[in-house]
Amino acid sequence: MPEAKTEPIATRQAYGDALVALGEDHEEVVALDADLAVSTQSIKFGKRFPERFFNCGAAEAGMMSMACGLAATGKVPYASTFAIFATGRAYDQIRLGIAHNELKVRIGASHGGVSLGEDGASHQMIEDIALMRVMPRMQVVVPADYNQAYRAVIESYERFEAPMYLRFGRPSTPIVYEEIPETLGRGVDVLREGKDISIFACGHMVWRALDAAETLSREDGVEAEVVNVSIIKPLYSETVIESLAKTGVGVTAEEHRVVGGLGDAIREAAAEQHPVPVFALGMEDEFGVSGTADACMEHFGLTAAGILEAAREALLKKPIVSHPPIHGGNWH
Amino acid sequence: MHLKPVPDPVPPPDPGHEASIEELERQATVLRINCVRMLAVAKSGHLDSSLSAADIVAALYFRVLRHDPSDPRWPERDRFVLCKGHAAPIQYAALAQHGYFPHEDLMGVRKIGSHLQGHPDMNRTPGVEVSTGSLGQGLSMCVGICLALRLDGLSETARVFGVLSDGDCQEGETWEGAAAAAHFDIPNITAIVDYNHLQTDGTTEEVMDTGDVRAKFEAFGWDAVEIDGHDMGAIVEALERSRTLRRPAAIVCQTRKGRGVSFMEGRFGFHGKPPSQEQAEEALEELEGRLDEQTEALRARSETPDA
Repeated sequence: MPEAKTEPIATRQAYGDALVALGEDHEEVVALDADLAVSTQSIKFGKRFPERFFNCGAAEAGMMSMACGLAATGKVPYASTFAIFATGRAYDQIRLGIAHNELKVRIGASHGGVSLGEDGASHQMIEDIALMRVMPRMQVVVPADYNQAYRAVIESYERFEAPMYLRFGRPSTPIVYEEIPETLGRGVDVLREGKDISIFACGHMVWRALDAAETLSREDGVEAEVVNVSIIKPLYSETVIESLAKTGVGVTAEEHRVVGGLGDAIREAAAEQHPVPVFALGMEDEFGVSGTADACMEHFGLTAAGILEAAREALLKKPIVSHPPIHGGNWH
Repeated sequence: MHLKPVPDPVPPPDPGHEASIEELERQATVLRINCVRMLAVAKSGHLDSSLSAADIVAALYFRVLRHDPSDPRWPERDRFVLCKGHAAPIQYAALAQHGYFPHEDLMGVRKIGSHLQGHPDMNRTPGVEVSTGSLGQGLSMCVGICLALRLDGLSETARVFGVLSDGDCQEGETWEGAAAAAHFDIPNITAIVDYNHLQTDGTTEEVMDTGDVRAKFEAFGWDAVEIDGHDMGAIVEALERSRTLRRPAAIVCQTRKGRGVSFMEGRFGFHGKPPSQEQAEEALEELEGRLDEQTEALRARSETPDA
C-alpha cells in the first residue's frame, strides 16, 4: 500500500496509481482508454502493462463493447475516458453489453462535473450520476479525495462483482481522509458528528461541506453532521436515516444536476423512511460554462459558502417536531 | 399445422464431422422450418431476417465452428456472435439441434419465463457468448473477445465469427470495431455480413444506402470477399479460407430476406412481422417439401456412394 497523500491532489491520480497496483496483483485486470489516457491517468497502467492496455482512440462506443467482450472472456476491464463520453456517448453500450450482462467491468470516468473547467459545457458532465444510477445493476461510486479514491479502485476489484461506475475529478482536491481508508465500508461515512442539520456530500463537495460545517459552528452555533456518500448506488440508507432522524433536516451537495443524483437518492430514502425536508444544492436546469475549476464552482455556487447558505436556509425551514425513523435498510 | 417441435429424424452431424454441402443445405432447411414454427407460435419476431442468415448459420454450426455442446464454456471453442441479434431464432434453432437445450424450449421463444429471449441473452441461454440486439455493438464485442483470447494464448486456436446485418453496417460503431480489429492486428476474427438489402422502412438503398460493404471493410484493412450468401459451397469455402488468414476477414454475403419461403423472399414488408397461421402453413408446406427432397437425395446418394 502506498503512503497516503497529505497535499491536494486530483482523484484521477488515484485511479492511475491504484490501477497499476491491481495490475501487479491480478493478471486478468486489463485497461482500455479512448485517447484520454494521460488525462484519466490510465497511461500509468499502459506503460507498465502495454500488452494489457488497449487505447481505442476516440471511439467510446466501441471501447465499451470491447470491454464487454473482454469481460465475457474472463478479463476484468477498466475502461476510462471523460465522464461525458463514458456515459453520454456510450450509454447504450454500457447498458446492454455491461450492465444487462452483469459483467465485472469498471468504468473509470474522470473529469466529472464543472470543475473540468476551461473546456466548458461540451465537456462538463453533470448528469452522469443520474444516468448510471437509473441503469439497472450498475453501482455508482464517487470518492471524496485521493486516499478514498485509491481504496475505491482497489475494492472495485477485490470486493465488488457487479458492474461499477467510478467518478473522478480533474482538479487537485484537498485531502479529507488522512489515511488510505481500510475500506469504503457501506459508502456512507459520518465525517463530522452534529445534531442540528445533516449535510450529505460527494466527491469535490465533501471538503467544502466540512468547511461549511466549521463556519456554521463558529458563526451560528449550529452543529452540522457531515456525511460523505461515496457509494451513491446502492445507497446504504440506514446511516442516512439515522442522521436525518437525529437532525431533522438535511442538505445535499454535489457537482451534478440536482435531479437524479445524490440529492434525489437521499430524498427518495427520506421520503419513504423518514420524511423530513432535504434540500439539494447542485446544478439547476443549466449547463456549465468555461473558466478555471474554482471559477466554475464559484459561478454555480458549488462552494463552502454555497453550502453554508443552503444550510442556513434549510435550518429556517426545519420542522419543530421530529419523528423517529420508520425503518432502515438498503435503498436501491 | 406442425407447430409442435418435431425433432429432425436425421441426427445432426457431430461437431468436427465434415458435413457435406448437401447435408448442410438440408440442415439449413431444418433450421428454417423451426424458425417458421417458433415465430408462428410466438406471434412476434423477425422471421425473414432469420431466414436470410440460415445458410450462413448452418455452415457455421454444422461444419466450421469448433464447439462442444456438452461443454458450452470450453475455453478453446470458436465463438459465434449474432451481431444481428434480432435473428435470434436461427441461432436458437441451431443450438437446439445440437442439444444445447431441449428442442421443446424453442416453442417458448419470446414468452414470459422462457430462457429464449427476443434477442440473445448470454446469461440465460447456453451457447450464447454475449447478449446482442442493439445493432452496431457486436463487432466491437467480437474484437474484445479476440483481445482476451490473445492474452490467454488462444489466438491461434479459437476464431470469433460475427454475423452482421446491413443495419449493423449503418451503425457507426461497427466501423469503430472494424478499425480496432485492424489496428490491434486481430488474426482470428471473421465478420460475415448478411446483406439482404431490406430493413424496417424499406430497402437499404432507399433508407440509407450501405453501398459497397466489401470495399469498406477492405478500406479498413481487412481481407474482404463477396459471395452469394445462399451458395453453400461458396459459404463454406469462404469461412474455411478465413480461418487460414492471420488477419481480420470479412465475408459479405449477398442474401435475400425471407430466403426459402417464396411469398416472402426478397419482398419488403415482412421485417419484424411474424407469419400468420395461413402464411406459416404455406411456408411450412414449401419448406417441408424441400426437406423431403433433400432427405431423399441424401439417402439416394448414401446408397450409391459412387454416384
